[in-house]
Amino acid sequence: MLRHGSRSLFNRASATSMRWRRQFSTDLPAETAEDTKFVESWKKMNPNMDPPKTPSAYMKPRPPTPANIPSKLTVNLVLPYDSVLSSKEVDMVIVPATTGQMGVLPGHVATIAELKPGILSVHEGNDVTKYFLSSGFAFVHANSVADIIAIEATPVDRLDPNLVQKGLADFQQKLNTASTDVEKAEAQIGIDVHSALNAALTG
Amino acid sequence: MSSSAAQPFWRAAGMTYITYSNLCASLVRQCLKEPYRSEAVSREKVHFNVSKWVDGKPEKPTIRTDTPE
Repeated sequence: MLRHGSRSLFNRASATSMRWRRQFSTDLPAETAEDTKFVESWKKMNPNMDPPKTPSAYMKPRPPTPANIPSKLTVNLVLPYDSVLSSKEVDMVIVPATTGQMGVLPGHVATIAELKPGILSVHEGNDVTKYFLSSGFAFVHANSVADIIAIEATPVDRLDPNLVQKGLADFQQKLNTASTDVEKAEAQIGIDVHSALNAALTG
Repeated sequence: MSSSAAQPFWRAAGMTYITYSNLCASLVRQCLKEPYRSEAVSREKVHFNVSKWVDGKPEKPTIRTDTPE
């Protein structure tokens, strides 16, 4: 009975609240397929209560693939302590994925790529900016937005070639003297990172 | 779905991705040129203490810190 009471209160509401109600209905995001199944089974079990919202109802829907391929790629390069590039419109980026250098153009298919230590090059017209990434991930979304996350990203001119050579020699030494799996893995990581740094400086 | 897919060598050795990634980052920081290197050192500083709880009481904490007291 109390339930009906609130409903009639609502109906008695004036034109102002009707406008208010219309705004609400457009704010609700479309429910996903999982939600409709849940809502239906809820209504069967418990028709008197409104079904609770599930987490997917609060999530923003995946960005839609636009009908025309956009002309520019939007790149975000973020580090834990700084956002180096934030919604920068560029023509192409080449990311150092573990499967090789991957070029991302506007309209690229949605991809998640794990990155290895290597160079990220950002191409904008005739300018190419290079950053050495320590490792991370690259997420390309269907709407031509690329999010690249890394722990360290430095322009190549901030790297010291002597330290790189010395590091490479040190870790090659360590690999020869390593005994446990963890030591071998650490030495191998050291060699990988320093060879990538070396290639970045000389390439 | 994927039966044991080929693991990267560091995972086979028992290292997690976060450890691997932090290690790569600290190696890169150590190869930076001078003014940038000192800024980077501050990013690696860590300060925490961990105490195990036994029978509802905390034991002596292990403190790991790079900040001078």
